[in-house]
Amino acid sequence: MSSSTADPRLASAGPPRRPIRLSWSDERLRAIVWQILVVGIVGAIVWWLWSNTVHNLEVRRIATGFGFLSREAGLPIGESLIEYDPTHSYLRALTVGVLNTLKVAVVGVILATILGTLVGIARLSKNWLVSKLAGFYVEVIRDLPLLLQLLFWYTILQGLPGPRQALNPVEGVFLSNRGMKLPWIEWLPAHSWALVAMVAGIGATWAYARAMRKKQYADGQPRKIWPAGLALILGLPLVVWVAHGAPFTPDIPALRGFNFRGGLTVSPEYFALLLGLVTYTAGFIAEIVRAGILAVNQGQWEAAEALGLRRGEILKRIVLPQALRVIVPPMTSQYLNLTKNSSLAVAIGYQDIVSIANTTLNQTGQAIEGIAIIMLVYLTISLSISLFMNWYNARIALVER
Amino acid sequence: MSDITANAAVPHQSGAERRQPPVATTGLVAWARMNLFSSWINTAITLALGYLVVRWTIGFIDWAFLNAIWSVPVVNGQAQTQACREIKGVGACWAVVTEKHRFILFGTYPYEEHWRPLLVCVLFVALYIVSAMRRFWNMMLIPIWVVTLTVIGILMWGGIFGLTYVPQERWGGLPITLILSTFGLAFAFPLAVLVALGRRSKLPAIKTLCVLYVELIRGVPLISLLFMASVMFPLFLPEGMNIDKLLRAQVAITLFAGAYLAEVVRAGLQTLPRGQYEAADALGLSYWQKTGFIILPQALRLVIPPLVNTFIGFFKDTSLVLIIGIFDLLTAGKTSIVEPAWQGFGIEVYITIGLIYLVFCFAMSKYSQDLERELNRHRRR
Repeated sequence: MSSSTADPRLASAGPPRRPIRLSWSDERLRAIVWQILVVGIVGAIVWWLWSNTVHNLEVRRIATGFGFLSREAGLPIGESLIEYDPTHSYLRALTVGVLNTLKVAVVGVILATILGTLVGIARLSKNWLVSKLAGFYVEVIRDLPLLLQLLFWYTILQGLPGPRQALNPVEGVFLSNRGMKLPWIEWLPAHSWALVAMVAGIGATWAYARAMRKKQYADGQPRKIWPAGLALILGLPLVVWVAHGAPFTPDIPALRGFNFRGGLTVSPEYFALLLGLVTYTAGFIAEIVRAGILAVNQGQWEAAEALGLRRGEILKRIVLPQALRVIVPPMTSQYLNLTKNSSLAVAIGYQDIVSIANTTLNQTGQAIEGIAIIMLVYLTISLSISLFMNWYNARIALVER
Repeated sequence: MSDITANAAVPHQSGAERRQPPVATTGLVAWARMNLFSSWINTAITLALGYLVVRWTIGFIDWAFLNAIWSVPVVNGQAQTQACREIKGVGACWAVVTEKHRFILFGTYPYEEHWRPLLVCVLFVALYIVSAMRRFWNMMLIPIWVVTLTVIGILMWGGIFGLTYVPQERWGGLPITLILSTFGLAFAFPLAVLVALGRRSKLPAIKTLCVLYVELIRGVPLISLLFMASVMFPLFLPEGMNIDKLLRAQVAITLFAGAYLAEVVRAGLQTLPRGQYEAADALGLSYWQKTGFIILPQALRLVIPPLVNTFIGFFKDTSLVLIIGIFDLLTAGKTSIVEPAWQGFGIEVYITIGLIYLVFCFAMSKYSQDLERELNRHRRR
């Protein structure tokens, strides 16, 4: 508290250390007694619950442990990113669930950020109609329970006509009660390698930009990064793809009998969940973005203009870095919320980790293990997102003297 | 002034350079020019959006009002929904709401006793309004809450004062939503204050316990806690002791809300200048005197708007009990369309339920905005 006291004698000495007196007026004794009391009470409650649980498990002859994970699951899963069929183990089924959760969370976070930013900026628009519409969207979407919205979207998607009368808004895209069908290409190793090349290109561009910035700091000359970046990010994958013989077979969905063949399928469950999560979270992100932009002082715009920067330059170099400082912490909690909210999938039958763990615990009776798995998965995801966002936040934080 | 002199100097300005009058800056036309048609790109956006809004509004009015069916004949207790099926997609079938509104609002509560849950809902709303008035922000609130919640309990259960007994399994609909959120917050709030204080405490053991509680709960979704309450909770209790499902869900929601509210309260405690703590210490106040008289009144006032926002969140989150099969408003709505005659009219039911949630949440959010303005008045000049 008084680390900056003027008198050095006071700063170094501090209060004299006395032995703990056995009296209620001794603060340290009271602290110890309180802590022992609280820990004791909490410990007693936990021990009581624990002993009850052990007793109940014995009475009901439920064997604890994670041995069931290697048993055959026998539960069918509609969509899966990895190869799966009911003869695989519970462990494999749960892995599929985790991947499905990640599939909706990652895509949801990206789309919600884009939509939320657009709506947030629209709410600040000088155009009255645009700002009012954005405001209406935000107010309504944030005041309705997410579960209700999910059920609503799912009902709408289920009410769509069957495959034979599917809606066909754009060539090759079909909307029916079996989900959405999109044109795709036949995926070959060449495409995977091109994707790898693209990731490598992004990394190389980042390193290149860093090196160029270092040079700019040294001699003050700005250097163009985008030609090299474009060549690395788009050119490199293209070269790799052509080197593999440039395979390209379009896979367009077409009606065969009662259902569609080919193309990329987006199941109605996934579509409804994604739609609900994205529109709901975007409402919250919009408010965060709006607050972030408003938090940057008008004087910053004016000062940057006085320096002769162009408008895009001002946004990129002056306003956004400052707005991000306000935006990132609440944005982190929205990303976490979206991930946790994806657990509502169980209500509309999308098989995420909660849904599969729930089926598992119903089939095996391993309630404690099932719920422990759900919690562990979400804690891991939450902690990873928080750690990453904290790191990012520290990186963009204001460097104070 | 200047034009008088100008006129005096040049009495007849011949049409040499007649200038346009300045563009009007007031009036409807000027407003539209500034806010809707300020540039060609803005004009294009306005026209395109305006077209879509008008089209969708007309489409919605057609569907929801002009082509809608408000009631259907009931023959032998079977609703005849033929007319509704024929206009599906063209007009709404509000008949499902007309027919089922009692069930959606009050669930399976005995039909002739429906005035009791209705009175309960009215009491809840009155309680919210009274709690929102700043005139009652004193010790009076505690007896008001205790008395109202007791009356609500008596009305729901009955069994005394000539009211017939209604078991908890038969409750449902809106009262359940209000009970879960109100009781949840009433218990979660004191818990949250204690945990927030504990997290700021200098005692390491207490601090660790509070940090663990808050971070563990905030790291997992509410569903996992509700599953825990419905599947694992029976294992925790000694044999023969059983707590009903609603109470178990209530405990889960309270624990969940407590962790989130604790973080909001902690933010308030952190924003308070350290001088306040030190001044209280200098006066020789004990920890609880300092906290009760100096710290909490100021810290809580600082965080009232985020607290109300968290309340809104929990009001919405109580709908998650649908997943463990508790009969709240949303579950009642979802169940009301299970009957074959009414299958496929989910949209109408969900819109109705959405309106109910919207009214409650919108009132709360408007209130929190007004309150924020009110409480920050001294900061504005």
